[in-house]
Amino acid sequence: MPKDVREEASSEAMIIATGLTKKYGDFVAVDEVNFTVTRGEAFGLLGPNGAGKSTTMKMIAATSLRTGGNLVILGKDPNKQGPEIRAHLGVVPQQDNLDRELKVWENLMVYGRYFGLSRKFLKGKIEELLEFAQLGEKRNSKTEELSGGMKRRLTIARGLVNEPEILLLDEPTTGLDPQARHILWDRLFRLKEQGVTLVITTHYMDEAEQLCDRLIVMDKGKIMAEGAPAELIKRYSSKEVLEVRFGSDNNASVSEKLKGIGERLEVLPDRILIYAESGEKCLEQIVKLGLEPVTSLVRRSSLEDVFLRLTGRTLVE
Amino acid sequence: MAPEVRAETKMTWVGAAKLVDPQVSIRFGAFFVAENRLRNMAKWWKSIIAFGLGNPSLYLLSIGIGVGSLVDSSLGPNAIDNVSYLTFLAPALLVSAGIQGAMDEVTWPTVEGFVWTRTFFSMNSTSITGRQIVSGILMAAMARCVFQVFLYELCLLAFGAISWQSIPILLLVSATAGFGFSAIMLAFSASIKDDDGVFALVGRFIITPMFMFSGTFYPITSMPIYLQWIGWISPQWHGTNLGRALSYGSPVEPWLQGIHWALLLMLAVIGITWANRVFESRLAK
Repeated sequence: MPKDVREEASSEAMIIATGLTKKYGDFVAVDEVNFTVTRGEAFGLLGPNGAGKSTTMKMIAATSLRTGGNLVILGKDPNKQGPEIRAHLGVVPQQDNLDRELKVWENLMVYGRYFGLSRKFLKGKIEELLEFAQLGEKRNSKTEELSGGMKRRLTIARGLVNEPEILLLDEPTTGLDPQARHILWDRLFRLKEQGVTLVITTHYMDEAEQLCDRLIVMDKGKIMAEGAPAELIKRYSSKEVLEVRFGSDNNASVSEKLKGIGERLEVLPDRILIYAESGEKCLEQIVKLGLEPVTSLVRRSSLEDVFLRLTGRTLVE
Repeated sequence: MAPEVRAETKMTWVGAAKLVDPQVSIRFGAFFVAENRLRNMAKWWKSIIAFGLGNPSLYLLSIGIGVGSLVDSSLGPNAIDNVSYLTFLAPALLVSAGIQGAMDEVTWPTVEGFVWTRTFFSMNSTSITGRQIVSGILMAAMARCVFQVFLYELCLLAFGAISWQSIPILLLVSATAGFGFSAIMLAFSASIKDDDGVFALVGRFIITPMFMFSGTFYPITSMPIYLQWIGWISPQWHGTNLGRALSYGSPVEPWLQGIHWALLLMLAVIGITWANRVFESRLAK
């Protein structure tokens, strides 16, 4: 490990990736990415399917070995000191992998035992975690009796049993209804307040905006952009977006007449997006041209606009 | 109206750096895995006991006593190995129980851990390594194996098929056979991506022939030579022959007894080495 990397790790940096690479044969899943995550930060990994987010997560989780570059987690090398690093991590996987034969409290107990924690300590901790996850009433239920949101909260609670320094959350709210998502966000905010470093992958841009202090957008194994959500919106999008519809047969032909309006124009099959400082002013200009959109909507530019601009709109299965 | 605010206790938080000593799991991780498996097994304690007592009772009544009476009346008493047919049969039944008991804990639960509930991945997200999972599963499987064989021995004792003095050595032999075979089956189970009926095939084409052609019901030498090889490669025969020699003194040369022990232990070593590799590579993907 280079000396400067070691020194950085010994300060407040919890994760340092330099030229981090993962290859499966000839396929490069993660291609020389660089990033640093500092203590207490909520750090996001965004990207379409196959972008390399989950592979990066697995390397940070010290379960998948890197094939190139350097990775330092909590000052240690995961390729050599995986168990030592994992002792201080909390992991919430994409798929819940709870023990379905065991009761809710038993799931927390056995997971805590894997860290070598005593039963006496775990008895108290389990009560705290059940309250945190709002699962106190379900403590004696089998996990297969829980709803999707409850399972997710239990998986998050389980990831906290060792009071981790870094909590890794791989798509924590996928498949949950809005109420369950908001409860989870609230729980994650509390953890952040507690000083826990969060690393999150998500497909939900609103979630990334809500939770992440800083994030990277990945595509095809590479980092396309890095920064705070507001910074990225400022850098890659406009303040507002005007969405106008002229009917799917007319959008393409009308767009020719709209050139010059706003900072950037994007023509989609069902609508035209005009990126501008003021959506209202653009709409006035359109009306002055004698054009009458079927519908129009002015909205604030979002991280989703940045994401789609950087990674494209092509569907990735 | 003022917004509702839920009063909540703040979590105590020492932090993993002070709370968790990685060396504890590095040293004892396999025991924590075994603890989990035993906790899972405890959920099925009624079935395990019912199977452990019901299976031998039915076997002893139907085959041991039923077929035994026929054999003893046809060939005369103590015609095989100078003992009753039931005594001749007992070591084979115990080895079979040991193999079956251990196998139950390494087949379906392994597919479940990798595919259905993916609990092995949750274990591996802590300090627990693939090798520790292998060791923990085998420890728990051996606990089940010893328990099941012991229950069987109690039944055999009640039927007068074995002496109480032979209980420890028959337990050791049966557990060793169960250990060797379950290690191989653990590695095999870890290699499959989904069940797809593969365990039914294993049952039909490996377990049943192994049980039928390994000198369980008659000496292996009674079979045509072209069928005897099934016994030679079968842990069932090695365990059975050893059990007969060590419990009631069936004439088995010491060198052959050595080969029986060596083969059963070799199966365990091969199985564990293979399982370690499969677990480590599958968990790292």
